[in-house]
Amino acid sequence: MAEQNTRQDTLEYAQRLGDDAVVLGHRLSEWCSNAPFLEEDLALANTALDFIGRARMYYGYAAELADDGRDEDDFAYLRDQRDYRNLLLHELPRGDFAFTQARQYFIDVYNQLFLEELRQSADERLAAIAAKAVKESRYHLRRSRDWMLRLGDGTEESHRRTQTAVDNLWGYTHELFELDPLEQRLVDAGVAVDVAALRDPWREQVGTLLDEATLRQPADDWAVRGGREGYHTENLGHLLTEMQALHRAYPGCSW
Amino acid sequence: MTEDELEQAFYRRIENEEKIEPKDWMPEGYRQNLIRQISQHAHSEVIGMQPEGNWITRAPSLRRKAILLAKVQDEGGHGLYLYSTAETLGISRAEMIEALQSCKAKYASIFNYPAQTWADVGAIGWLVDGAAIVNQVSLQRTSYGPYSRSMIRICKEESFHQRQGYELMLTLCRGTEEQKAMAQDALNRFYWPALMMFGPHDSESAHSAKSMQWKIKRESNDDLRQKFIDQTVPQIEFLGLEHPDKDIRWNEERGHYDHGEIDWDEFYRVISGNGPCNRQRIQHHIRVHEEGAWVRDAMSAYQQKKRQRAQAA
Ligand SMILES: [Fe+2]
Ligand SMILES: [Fe+2]
Repeated sequence: MAEQNTRQDTLEYAQRLGDDAVVLGHRLSEWCSNAPFLEEDLALANTALDFIGRARMYYGYAAELADDGRDEDDFAYLRDQRDYRNLLLHELPRGDFAFTQARQYFIDVYNQLFLEELRQSADERLAAIAAKAVKESRYHLRRSRDWMLRLGDGTEESHRRTQTAVDNLWGYTHELFELDPLEQRLVDAGVAVDVAALRDPWREQVGTLLDEATLRQPADDWAVRGGREGYHTENLGHLLTEMQALHRAYPGCSW
Repeated sequence: MTEDELEQAFYRRIENEEKIEPKDWMPEGYRQNLIRQISQHAHSEVIGMQPEGNWITRAPSLRRKAILLAKVQDEGGHGLYLYSTAETLGISRAEMIEALQSCKAKYASIFNYPAQTWADVGAIGWLVDGAAIVNQVSLQRTSYGPYSRSMIRICKEESFHQRQGYELMLTLCRGTEEQKAMAQDALNRFYWPALMMFGPHDSESAHSAKSMQWKIKRESNDDLRQKFIDQTVPQIEFLGLEHPDKDIRWNEERGHYDHGEIDWDEFYRVISGNGPCNRQRIQHHIRVHEEGAWVRDAMSAYQQKKRQRAQAA
């Protein structure tokens, strides 16, 4: 019975992580042919590809656990936004280049810490996905960290834009470190990452970098949460409408 | 050596199929002709990102989304690579981009057609990359060393794109009636513009004769087009689609397919700015370039601060 429950919880957990990855991958892919210069088109597409690849691994595992005939695309394309469980930070529109890089930096620091822990998961499959993904995230972090320095300490305009981005993103970072009962159960079972424990190291790394980039760390005077429960901003609905349109227009087709 | 001797030496090397390298003496016309062709090629890779990029966010499966994104990324990489190839001839990327945005430089006219449906992504990979390959395989033997080497490198990826595009079409053709109809429609719309990619008949082509003499170009527009027509017929058959050219017929004597005439009015209409997407493509490029200016400024400002700090320390 306990085993059955853990299986169901793990499915849900893999699906959540898949949701984070697919939504951010989508946002990053929107930059393709829209970046400030060609090298950056390629770099952002590369990062997007890593996240889409990650989504496929998490959903693929969720589909195996579900064992009800669904595949990775059923998870991505046939669930509505209320069923999506991504952390809100991932779904915010791409904004300007400063917003995209600041979000990416926050997420890269987080992922590097998160995946390092997930590698130790008692669930071998999740551990294997994390082992692959953490290498990518280390690389992503090198890039987004560089951009934070260049943009924060670049021109007056780039500084202003980056500070605005950091301010507007900050309230969405709190829920990265919160556990709901499901994740708590999985933490107890040695499967999930205890994200509450990541908060201090995340804050330390981010704080140091913001300093170096001549940026101000915002006050903790607002916080938006709800992604893991399916309470989203209005942006996710539009993202999914676009992403799922073709797939849903021709039900049951193979592509 | 005198100018005359240099020129003679140059033509001897062309004659002997030796590659010309960036540091070698070359006639100014040769240099300009290459700059025109290579930068046009680079712009085509970059502008070509737009029609396919149009489908990245709507790709119908995660696998297709990844394939498409990787493909568009490759095209950007080709653009970069070709810009640096052109730079070996003494022109900067900024100058080339300025020429593109002010419409002094051209790009492949095929990208002035819209990617309206998902099947267009398949048709573009199959036919547009396919036509590009025919041209580029021939250009592997071009006389300018750096260009020849970029063609060898780029062709490998283009073949991959073509196979993926064809496989996408095949999946549609083996799918539902609606999917197959979508594939047929994409073929119908992209077939003729793909033939136009090889340029006007040789007799009409402004740069052809000189390019052939310099061995920048190795085969004529019409010969290359014929190759593409011939290779495409069995591919269409295998998909089970109808050939868009009703006059297509095997000619035993020539050992080639005879085919219908291209609508050259349409060709010149689209080239001279009247395609469905000409303005959109250039305006998009300009808008993105302008929007990115503050990022590029920040980058150089930061670079400069870093240098100053290093000097002060
Ligand atoms: Fe290409
Ligand atoms: Fe290609």
